[in-house]
Amino acid sequence: MPEYKWPAMNARRVMGQPLDRVDGPDKASGRAKFSTDIKRPNMLYGALLTCPHPLARVRSVDVHEAEKMPGVRAVDVISGPGTEIQWAGTEVAAVAADTYQQALDAVRRIKVDYEILPGHLVNEADLGKAQAANRAKPAGEVVSGDPDTAFKEADVVSEGEYGIPVLAHCCLEPHGQVIAWDGNQAEFFATTQAVVAIGNDLAKGLEIPADRVHVRQDHMGGGFGSKFQAERWGLAAARLSRAAGGRPVKLHLDRRTELEIAGNRPSFFGKIRLAAKKDGTITAWESTTWGTGGIGGGGLSAALVPYVFTKIPNKRVNHTAISTNCGGARAWRAPNHPQVSFLTCAAMEDLAAKMKMDPLELFLKNVQFTARPEVYAAQLKKAAEMVNWSKNWHPRGEGGKGPVKRGLGIGIATWGGLGHNSQCRTTIHPDGRVEVELASQDLGTGTRTVIHQVAAESLGLRVSDITVKIGDNRYPVSGSSGGSTTVGGVSASTRKSTLNALEKLFEIVAPALGAPANQLEAVDGRIQVKGNPAKSIAWRDACKKMGVSPISAMGENDQRNPMGLIDQGVGGVQIADVSVDTETGIVKINKIAVVQDCGLIINPKTAESQCLGATIMSICGALYEERIMDDQTGRFLNADMEFYKLAGIKDIGEIEVHLDIAPHHDGRGVIGLGEPPVVPGIAAISNAVANAIGVRVPRLPMTPDRVLAALERRKA
Amino acid sequence: MRECHGIPGEFTLEGRKGWCLVSSEKHTDVQKRPQAGFSRRGFIRGVGLGGGAVGATIFQSTAEAAPPAPAALGPGEVAITLSINGKEHKLNVEPRLTLLDALRERLNYTGAKKVCDRGTCGACTVLLDGKAVYACSILAIDAQGRNIQTVEGLSQGSELHPVMRAFVNNDAQQCGYCTPGFVVAVKAFLDENPKPTYEQVKDGLGGNLCRCGTYVGIRKAVLEAAQARR
Ligand code: FES
Ligand code: FES
Repeated sequence: MPEYKWPAMNARRVMGQPLDRVDGPDKASGRAKFSTDIKRPNMLYGALLTCPHPLARVRSVDVHEAEKMPGVRAVDVISGPGTEIQWAGTEVAAVAADTYQQALDAVRRIKVDYEILPGHLVNEADLGKAQAANRAKPAGEVVSGDPDTAFKEADVVSEGEYGIPVLAHCCLEPHGQVIAWDGNQAEFFATTQAVVAIGNDLAKGLEIPADRVHVRQDHMGGGFGSKFQAERWGLAAARLSRAAGGRPVKLHLDRRTELEIAGNRPSFFGKIRLAAKKDGTITAWESTTWGTGGIGGGGLSAALVPYVFTKIPNKRVNHTAISTNCGGARAWRAPNHPQVSFLTCAAMEDLAAKMKMDPLELFLKNVQFTARPEVYAAQLKKAAEMVNWSKNWHPRGEGGKGPVKRGLGIGIATWGGLGHNSQCRTTIHPDGRVEVELASQDLGTGTRTVIHQVAAESLGLRVSDITVKIGDNRYPVSGSSGGSTTVGGVSASTRKSTLNALEKLFEIVAPALGAPANQLEAVDGRIQVKGNPAKSIAWRDACKKMGVSPISAMGENDQRNPMGLIDQGVGGVQIADVSVDTETGIVKINKIAVVQDCGLIINPKTAESQCLGATIMSICGALYEERIMDDQTGRFLNADMEFYKLAGIKDIGEIEVHLDIAPHHDGRGVIGLGEPPVVPGIAAISNAVANAIGVRVPRLPMTPDRVLAALERRKA
Repeated sequence: MRECHGIPGEFTLEGRKGWCLVSSEKHTDVQKRPQAGFSRRGFIRGVGLGGGAVGATIFQSTAEAAPPAPAALGPGEVAITLSINGKEHKLNVEPRLTLLDALRERLNYTGAKKVCDRGTCGACTVLLDGKAVYACSILAIDAQGRNIQTVEGLSQGSELHPVMRAFVNNDAQQCGYCTPGFVVAVKAFLDENPKPTYEQVKDGLGGNLCRCGTYVGIRKAVLEAAQARR
């Protein structure tokens, strides 16, 4: 068995290089094909009819007129008579027609008779109202230590209220698919974070064996946790295809439906109390939180609060899940972490403000309560240095004389990121070509690129010598891309598979080099006797010695046995520097310093992009994004991109990333990085605004009206 | 203004009919780039609805550039000719078909993407007589007689356009879904502003949105492409 461990940091030739993303040219030139771009012979276009009511029972669905509309080939009823609709946007029926416009015309002719049911609830910010409506489900109090005594004996007690609304994933490529199902086989052009799992899910829904579903996906336009399942619309599209004699059906959600039902992140509202000693040591935590993830309510693990500072000795945690008639929550990049980081870090900075203590000192004082005190202490200091904290920080509310006030604030993160189970097959062809196959997927994180780099490193080749095949469930099974588990999983399986294949090649060329196979190495496009370039053979000539049959070898990552290749557990700290115009309420990001703990970094360029993109997402969440539900109609009022706002290129200030690439981190192996940097930003920005204007803006996003209202309250 | 034949989508809520800004009678164009200090975002901020980049580009009627009003068209199909990347395409379309749908679904130019379908996000950006426009907000019949350039028309075979090269070099793409729209917008921006400052880059590209957060790379890419073109 070859030795799989990563080459020493200074011995790596391809790994660790900031190489360009291998699919960059395809993406930049518009050649990259996404699910929405797929065109198949005889393809039909699908459209959905969704329910406009948040709570209703379907009495009847009349599709007769729709069926007779020009171009219509099939109509599928998804929510038949008797179905109880629990949120607006629920799929009721679907049509497949020759053109998209014809499908939409036909959808408008479907007549649905609804019995509108009373008692919908779509807003959860008011806990009392939810309780009165009997929609609140307490998770039960969790107590550790003796919080009552700790609060009684505390030198300082601080209290605060905070709220962070539901956000939509708002992937730019909508959910949907092109699907052809003839009743036997299904061909499924998906947009997914899980080419294997989504095929299995579809097979289950269609009640066919999983190997009858062929999933394909070259590129996908964003998932962020929302694209794992085959979904109701996927099954409807398959049924439409079957009803139309197996013709492929293309059905993707329109923007309103995408925002309404294709994924969101739960809200969290909370009242938090902290007890501390005079020196800033926190002695107790008490939180009463509530939030919604849709009809199911949505939970919060008590173990997650207080966030990162989990070892605060005395705590009382209460969480209440609120069931609302809204599209259901899905995993959202670091599920629950950004919200809980915000609640925790905001409460800590409010405590510091009350004590007139520098919050950086307060955080440092309490890193003892984290799982990794040295790491967090170092990161806090590093981030502080990046924003010149010692010069630029001022006590809360002392942000200068003019109307524009400047402030700094801290946010903190933790994440796991252990590589998932993954299998990889490497094939070396007699003409020297190398193919690496995995049923994985690249969400835009750079997965395809890092697989190239690991393979090239192991085989002593260049990235351009390797062909990586992913995005097809017929390749060896690899895990879903969730939880930042992909990079660890695919890098470890690729490492093993390529070295296993290389070992076979060594055996073939060993006689020609007059050395045993285990004395050979692959370097710079040659196979040579270890440390002796004089005794070598070019890669292509070595491969010729195989004769006609290629070499093929598998490699597998087993989460339970990482073999030193992968690890989990990273921390992160971000400090935001903002300016707030107290006359207009507009918050401007000056800078965000991002310090991210990491393991072995395979590609610093794409790793940095993950940190930058995640931080920009936090800016969106802190300042702009919010799902706004109408109490009366129960509908998502801003389910478009005009009023469901994302940050633009001008709104992000300057972002400086510090990835701690150092031997002691590198030695841990590869750790996922997609999620952790999305966690601290919201807390950091909220704290920076409070520092600038002297008062907490309790509800996010910090829109101008909320900033101005907070300032009014302060004056009052 | 004659009644709009409708753009695909749902119009049942919140007075969305207001979006039928596109008429087949009067040519509706999209102003090239937002002017600093006069953007819809600025307006929205001003009225206290919060910031965030809504499509900062605004709709503007360019009556002087409008072709003569055609006779009443539709609702059936009409024969049109579109000039795309220097090539003439003849096709029959319903008057309500947007340029974006014509490009993507009828002619297989899939570089321009449909994201908001409402002139907000810029994913569908193409050039019309050299100016960046939102293809989702123009009817195909109104694009006749204009020189349409899509992202596919910017690169020659496998040779990347300098803007694309700069996007690759600066990792200005993640999932890549917003990228073609950005590339086209950047090309148009640089045609007008060959030597932009960093501040001008930030002001000039407010009409495109990215969910993955690639703006830092894009800013660098624009400056690099500007250098490369000199
Ligand atoms: S799809 Fe045209 S601007 Fe968004
Ligand atoms: S790269 Fe994914 S939306 Fe911009």
